[in-house]
Amino acid sequence: MSACSPNFTYTGGERPVSVAVRDALAPQFSVVPATRARTLRRTWLDTFDWRLHRAGLTLECVAGHGPAKLVLSGTAGGQITATVNGTRWPVLAEGLPRGPLQDRLKGLTSVRALLPAAKAASTVSEFRLCNTDDKTVAWLTVDLLHPAQPSAVDPPARLSLTAVRGYQAQADRIAQCLAAQPGMFRGAPPPLDAVLATAGHAPGEYTNKVDVELSATMPARAALAAVLLRLLDTLEANVAGTIRDIDTEFLHDLRVAVRRTRTALKLGAALLPDGLAPEYQPEFKWLGDLTTPTRDLDVHLLGFAAAAAELTSADPADLAPFHDYLTQRRITEQRRLARALRSAHFTTLTAAWRSTLTALPPQRRGPDAAHAAARIIGRAHRRILARGGAIGPDSPPEQLHDLRKRCKELRYALEFFASLHDLSAHRRAVRELKGLQDCLGTYQDGEVQQQEIRAIAADLLASGVPATALLAMGDLASHVGQREREARSEFSSRFAAFASPEARARFEVLTASAHS
Amino acid sequence: MKIVATYNIKGGVGKTAAAVNLSYLAAKDGQRVLLADLDPQAAASFLFRVRPRVKGGGTALVRGSRDLDKAIKGTDFDGLDLLPADFTFRNLDLILDTTKKPTQQLARLLRPLRTSYDVVFLDCPPGISLLSEAVLHAADLVLAPIIPTTLSLRTLDQLTEFISGLDGHRPALLAFCSMIDRRKRLHKEIAERLPTERDDVAVTAIPALSVIEQMAVRRAPVTAFAPRSAASRGYAELWAEVRALLS
Repeated sequence: MSACSPNFTYTGGERPVSVAVRDALAPQFSVVPATRARTLRRTWLDTFDWRLHRAGLTLECVAGHGPAKLVLSGTAGGQITATVNGTRWPVLAEGLPRGPLQDRLKGLTSVRALLPAAKAASTVSEFRLCNTDDKTVAWLTVDLLHPAQPSAVDPPARLSLTAVRGYQAQADRIAQCLAAQPGMFRGAPPPLDAVLATAGHAPGEYTNKVDVELSATMPARAALAAVLLRLLDTLEANVAGTIRDIDTEFLHDLRVAVRRTRTALKLGAALLPDGLAPEYQPEFKWLGDLTTPTRDLDVHLLGFAAAAAELTSADPADLAPFHDYLTQRRITEQRRLARALRSAHFTTLTAAWRSTLTALPPQRRGPDAAHAAARIIGRAHRRILARGGAIGPDSPPEQLHDLRKRCKELRYALEFFASLHDLSAHRRAVRELKGLQDCLGTYQDGEVQQQEIRAIAADLLASGVPATALLAMGDLASHVGQREREARSEFSSRFAAFASPEARARFEVLTASAHS
Repeated sequence: MKIVATYNIKGGVGKTAAAVNLSYLAAKDGQRVLLADLDPQAAASFLFRVRPRVKGGGTALVRGSRDLDKAIKGTDFDGLDLLPADFTFRNLDLILDTTKKPTQQLARLLRPLRTSYDVVFLDCPPGISLLSEAVLHAADLVLAPIIPTTLSLRTLDQLTEFISGLDGHRPALLAFCSMIDRRKRLHKEIAERLPTERDDVAVTAIPALSVIEQMAVRRAPVTAFAPRSAASRGYAELWAEVRALLS
């Protein structure tokens, strides 16, 4: 077999595809079944945020006769395969069979688990297409996909034509005959797209970004409601994964959606009906606080290997009791979090919030989205300049922590209204802010982590762990402290850059563009 | 890439049947195989249902104005391709004679295919000619079917002498008894005796069976349409001997 000719889809309805092919090709070519139809079970895998799809890759687990096989294909047509030995989904890339496929996926998926994106049975039949000498000039593969979800309608039959070497001209003729057949169309979407489409979905649907399209002239209240609804979608999309503890990023995205919601309620309170923001702010604070212990432990555990590698006077293995302690505490905190997310309190909150947002009354004489965005961003920016300017070398840590929160508010406000701004102006402003945020983040995380290490060390001491573990934790704390001090000394120059006339001008352009 | 030529000075001894069936078995073994039908009678091309026609004919192929690669056709079997014969191949001697170093020309033409194929079978026409010299120069192994008669044995000696008289590269030789008529005592005696007397004769012998003649009706290797027949078992054993020699 040689060059692959165009694919086809057949939507002919009552006439079976094999009959349609015979009708299309007679009398020049005959259609001979080459093998018995075989059924394969196909499971497409990706991370919840579609990292493989975004990288132009498709990962599929194909099971039929013999052991199941993982097939990773790229848009360029290359494939890497691996035999699956009892792997269950979801799984982190570390849990895949070792080899080139795992190597390719490790860096890409990082902390995200691979989980089934779609499932289908695939009935594959092969036909020989012969000329008048009964010589095979092309092979035709017919693939009938049956999506796993019971209510789904089967996607159209998929046909792929492959010319036998030296018979490209005849294969082209066959392709022309097929294309002329009623119900036969050239081209076929990738099988994953076809299966997802039967349920009204598409690959790459989920993103944790606030990707709402606002218009400058729409009422600000409607714009804010659209943002809040989008955040609620993200929040709800991550609940099941957080409860099942599939990977740490479900909780991360859920937590970010909650924080963004709280910021939107705070900065946009005046745009909402009286009393709405004060009613829901405590509810979302409850939700945010609920997620904090597990997330803090995730941060510790995710950075554990890197932190252990930095130890200078202790052996990384000495940290085992500390790691066990964190893991055990995480199990407890995760259970508590899952219970809360299954509670009536939580489900009532999200249901009530959605119905409130979808039924918001229009605001009389309210501002448009562009004016509101400019006002909110401008105010958040000025607040950072004022509070950051008041921080000196002797200012207490709380002042820097407060400034970090204000920076997050500005960052979120920029994200909410991004669709109103010129993209490059938006990116420049975010880049300006990000430098300051990173510095403040390192500083605060360092301080929090040091306090936690000290508190845990006290607990472990009481439970009689070896002294080597405590010494290693001390070593760890000293490295964290070093990073914290570096961030603190870096702050003044970072803030000076953010508050410089050039940087201010970049924000002014942004708020001005909101008016246009 | 190993090159095996099915060749004998005599005609009608089972060269094409051997080339077709061993090519099929090699491909079934997972090797990437090309069968080049150099015989203008085009029997191998007929058996694989490929029309015996090459654009530009033998002249274009030998002089290199048409890539060998572009003349190759896929057969109905995975891993097995065919360079079809063309009626102009009757003049291959004359065409070769117009090239520089004609005995090396076939080897030169096949060289670019070495990354595409593991084994190339050359199904040759009978006779001793410039083409024969070019084939022997290109081949790693000459597989010579012989009918077990006294005259055929004389031909085998002539072939052995011919190969040993070649300058430079000399291929290995493996003869095998072919078309054995079990009713003839002489056939049986020679077929049994010959492998014990000569190192260059295969242990396997291929009997004359009607199922082998059926290939022309079925237009497929007997090893494909009757894989459990005595003929197929014989070819499988012969392929095992050839494969061992090639490795």
